[in-house]
Amino acid sequence: MKSDAKRNTAITHIVLIIMAFIMLVPFAWMILTAVKTNQESISVNPFYIFPHDGWHWENFATVWKSYNFVVLYKNTLLMIFWRVVCACLTATMAGYAFGRLKFPGKNILFSLVLIQMMVPGQIFIIPQYLMMSKMGMLNTTFGLVFPGLVTAFGTYLLRTGYQGLPKELEEAAMIDGCNVGQRFLKIMMPLTRSSMVSLGIFTAVFAFKDLMWPMIVCTNASTTTLSAGLAKMQGQYGSEYPVMMASATLAVLPMVIIYIIFQKQFVEGIATSGGKL
Amino acid sequence: MFKKMTSAEKREAKWAYFFVAPTIIGLLILNFYPIIITIWQSFCKTGDFGRGNVFVGLANYQAVLTKTETWQSLWNTIKYALIEVPFGVVIALILAVLLNKKIAGRSIYRTIFFLPMVCAPAAVAMVWKWLYNTQFGLLNNIFHSSVSWISDPKIAWISIGIIGVWSIIGYNMVLFISGLQEIPGDYYEAASIDGATGLRQFLNITVPLLSPTTFFIVQTRIIGALTVFDLMFMVMDKSNVALPNVQSIVYLFYQYSFTNGNKGYGSTLVIVLLVFIMILTYFLQKLEKKIVYQN
Repeated sequence: MKSDAKRNTAITHIVLIIMAFIMLVPFAWMILTAVKTNQESISVNPFYIFPHDGWHWENFATVWKSYNFVVLYKNTLLMIFWRVVCACLTATMAGYAFGRLKFPGKNILFSLVLIQMMVPGQIFIIPQYLMMSKMGMLNTTFGLVFPGLVTAFGTYLLRTGYQGLPKELEEAAMIDGCNVGQRFLKIMMPLTRSSMVSLGIFTAVFAFKDLMWPMIVCTNASTTTLSAGLAKMQGQYGSEYPVMMASATLAVLPMVIIYIIFQKQFVEGIATSGGKL
Repeated sequence: MFKKMTSAEKREAKWAYFFVAPTIIGLLILNFYPIIITIWQSFCKTGDFGRGNVFVGLANYQAVLTKTETWQSLWNTIKYALIEVPFGVVIALILAVLLNKKIAGRSIYRTIFFLPMVCAPAAVAMVWKWLYNTQFGLLNNIFHSSVSWISDPKIAWISIGIIGVWSIIGYNMVLFISGLQEIPGDYYEAASIDGATGLRQFLNITVPLLSPTTFFIVQTRIIGALTVFDLMFMVMDKSNVALPNVQSIVYLFYQYSFTNGNKGYGSTLVIVLLVFIMILTYFLQKLEKKIVYQN
């Protein structure tokens, strides 16, 4: 009986280790290629897994300078920052109203939120692009943030958060003479912090991963984001593998580091928001 | 409607409108106005110079629906979904069940499996493209093969599907784990006392009680897979002979709308996709009532 359990644990670990290996190989190969010379990266005979004539960490510095990664980081960070701020702010307000307040037309207005969530996002892209183009907002941070100014999904998520709070809290405040605004700011909003954190992480990760919109709205190498910048680089230097892998590493690194530090919040944030999508 | 309200109710309603205003105005400008414009444009010819739309009736629809390219790319998209969804879900479920036990290194495994979720697909696709490289790629060199992973029309769609599965496993797994944690432990204890073994417990307790989670993941992943774009765009060069057999419907939409500047035709493609997804969602909802376990 006991040896059975031991054998099961061993099998479980073997399966998990094999899967973990498969998940990590692409990352390992990305970094191993990034530190090779161009010559070595395309040497097949003999085929080296590990760099043979030195680990060329300076490849990262070269790429960093020649492709202006500082600008790409800055643009990506600004886009993420403003999208998170806008999403959290508008969604928490609307979520509170839809979750806790009574007002005529509530159901109709909320159905707008639900419809937006059901429609595939590609349907908005051409008109959104045309708006940005007409307003002269192509190649600007505002252009990058534009589709994320409000969020139907976030509103839905926060509404669920507010609905989960006990009624008594607000009733007590009402008796104390707090108006709706005070109740919202002082009592209700602080209690939905975990939903807000989930929404913030979710918004940040998906803004970071977005490729099509930055590619369309910010076509200049100096105004675009990491994702769209990579697409540009691949078009130009696609056969210089160490260069490409060093760029890919630099592009994923910041989010990976933040993820490893805050992994619990990340996994929970994405799971709870994703689970309600 | 307003007259019957007390003054306190009126005050509450005013606050509510103030709170929902940014979101509703935003949705109208960012989403609902664009839906109307996209529908209108799908009936128009928009030239390269974007000088006004010329109404052409159903000409775009006729062109879209009669081109084999459209049907091929719709089929490519479905084929991609047929790899990503079942494999992505089954592997994730197995991992979730394994990680739901008390096992050493649980959080390390979880961190590793979830890692692709926080990586930009553009970077992920670039790395896989390099792994798949016929001459110098890791895969062919390790297996001493010379497979044209991404340029053979017969297998390129599978190779793209593998990237999709690799990218999504961790996400599905995390959703499964939170679903598993909602199943009360007593059920398993009772089953153990009755002498049910691991597999029996899995089939008779886990599968039915997890079915709402499973259905939810399958449904959202089907929709997600049908709008796939980044992987095809980053992995497939324009000159790749396998491109017609791999390009997804959203890829085609991007090419027509933003590379060729034919926004009317692009709008039509996206409307066709919308209709397809709506029909599918309708049937999935019907199916949900039949197969999902209800208490």
